[in-house]
Amino acid sequence: MNQMKNFSKGFLKENPILVLVLGTCPTLATTSSALNGLGMGLATTFVLIGSNVFIALLKNVIPDKVRIPAFIIVIATFVTIVDLVMQAYVPSLYATLGIFIPLIVVNCIVLGRAEAFASKNSTWSSFVDGAGMGLGFTLALGVLGAVREILGSGSIMGYKFIEGDGILVFVLAPGAFIALGYMIAVTYRINKT
Amino acid sequence: MAKMQSSLRNMALSLTLISLGASAALGYVYEFTKGPIEISLLNKKLEAIRQVVPEFDNDPNADMFLLPTGEGDSLEVYPARKGEELVGYAIKSYTEKGFSGHIGLMVGFTPDGSIYNINVLEHRETPGLGTKLVPEGTPEKPEFKDQFRGKNPAEFPLKVKKDGGPVDAITAATISSRAFCDGVQRAYNTFEKGGLK
Amino acid sequence: MEYILLIISAILVNNVVLAQFLGVCPFLGVSNKVSTAIGMSGAVTFVMVLATMATYLIYTYILLPLGIGFMQTITFILVIAALVQMVEIILKKISQGLYQALGIFLPLITTNCAVLGVAILVIQKEYNLITGVIYGGATALGFGLALIILAGIREQLELADIPKGMQGVPISLITAGILALAFMGFAGLV
Repeated sequence: MNQMKNFSKGFLKENPILVLVLGTCPTLATTSSALNGLGMGLATTFVLIGSNVFIALLKNVIPDKVRIPAFIIVIATFVTIVDLVMQAYVPSLYATLGIFIPLIVVNCIVLGRAEAFASKNSTWSSFVDGAGMGLGFTLALGVLGAVREILGSGSIMGYKFIEGDGILVFVLAPGAFIALGYMIAVTYRINKT
Repeated sequence: MAKMQSSLRNMALSLTLISLGASAALGYVYEFTKGPIEISLLNKKLEAIRQVVPEFDNDPNADMFLLPTGEGDSLEVYPARKGEELVGYAIKSYTEKGFSGHIGLMVGFTPDGSIYNINVLEHRETPGLGTKLVPEGTPEKPEFKDQFRGKNPAEFPLKVKKDGGPVDAITAATISSRAFCDGVQRAYNTFEKGGLK
Repeated sequence: MEYILLIISAILVNNVVLAQFLGVCPFLGVSNKVSTAIGMSGAVTFVMVLATMATYLIYTYILLPLGIGFMQTITFILVIAALVQMVEIILKKISQGLYQALGIFLPLITTNCAVLGVAILVIQKEYNLITGVIYGGATALGFGLALIILAGIREQLELADIPKGMQGVPISLITAGILALAFMGFAGLV
């Protein structure tokens, strides 16, 4: 398979959030600013790559009937590693993302890629797939975070460019739903043409 | 390599091996990150203490003691000393009356009972309204919490104007302001009852 | 009184879907019909209460004494997966009616992050067993409430003339946003 295509499909054509609409919980919860969105995206990317690679390596020694529990163990291990490492070295980001780090384990994208891709393909392809999907996820989170930060607090990556407050509702829960709704509609439009 | 058959023996064996591998990896990472996690938590606490009391050179964390609030629980008190002289106390207080519940505060007192400074440790207040509890102002442009600095709760009742007190509440966030006062009051009561004065 | 406040807070003020963003996937996935929404809410309530109880007991009596609290995530997700399987098997044996009503939703619940989320939150907030279970039940009811309301609205939307690009997920998300806006009105209630 063409690795480039394999890598880039996660960005637009099969973007996990904007097209497949998987993993919406962390998407909505952690994108109150661009930086938070990127942090969450990168944590998920690490788990995706790690679990994809390991599952591709182990696919022949895992009997079919117990593959789901086996996948879950592998994924949960990587999630816990991310959890501990972030707690140790980026405590402030960890505090903001909070409960959504352990919840990567139930992010449908991770188990979805394990089942649909890594369990059938070579280790290298699975690595590329994980990286592409993960970065596509990160991109969507970063853009959504940036949109919400610009509209909601009048700043970008923490730098304020307008005095006072923005349209506060975009930082709050309702704005998350509405902004994502419009982003998905726009992606649909781009992909169609 | 041929795909493993789904026999009971194979299933049990592969799951056991994977679990063992996972536990070993996690145990290793846990040992590895345990130290840094403790240090980062400690630094965060020390940083919060440093902001609310005058300059000190002891280790407030090592001297920490608990004082009962009189409501059935206790607060952590961190004494700050410079040389032999006591320069203040940082008291970790809280309130449950915030707009979205819990707010954690670090309240610093000088030994005479005046508030030196206050730091909001954690909160879930509404962005743009209740969050105005957090920022620290400058002398030209004071923020909400600056009005408490240097005041002694003995002659400065911790009540918002709406409740007949002297505290200027944040516009459109009276509940958050009231909760803030409640948290500071809890720290002061503990300070007073504990005989720290 | 404390419990009543906890319940009101979990259902209305800190609604699990609309304020805490847990369980958004099934919230969007099974909200096109009121009847399926009711089935899903029932199944989630059932599993969430059981899962909160099981994970709490395991954490307090096994993980903590052994000093391996960091194995929390991996243990909880396996417990929930096993629990869902067990509930499915037991329901099939003892009550065909209930199995038919809830059965198809059960496999979906393992990856419902609200279940794992509540289990972790109960530990984080240091609730005791009773408070934890009440919190779990109330959260599940909040999930059901949001899901059924959205399903009701989406049934009406079927008849509306929506621009092509906005059909399906986008309009559901925007509806959910407006719903979340309405639920913000409950803030400060407790």
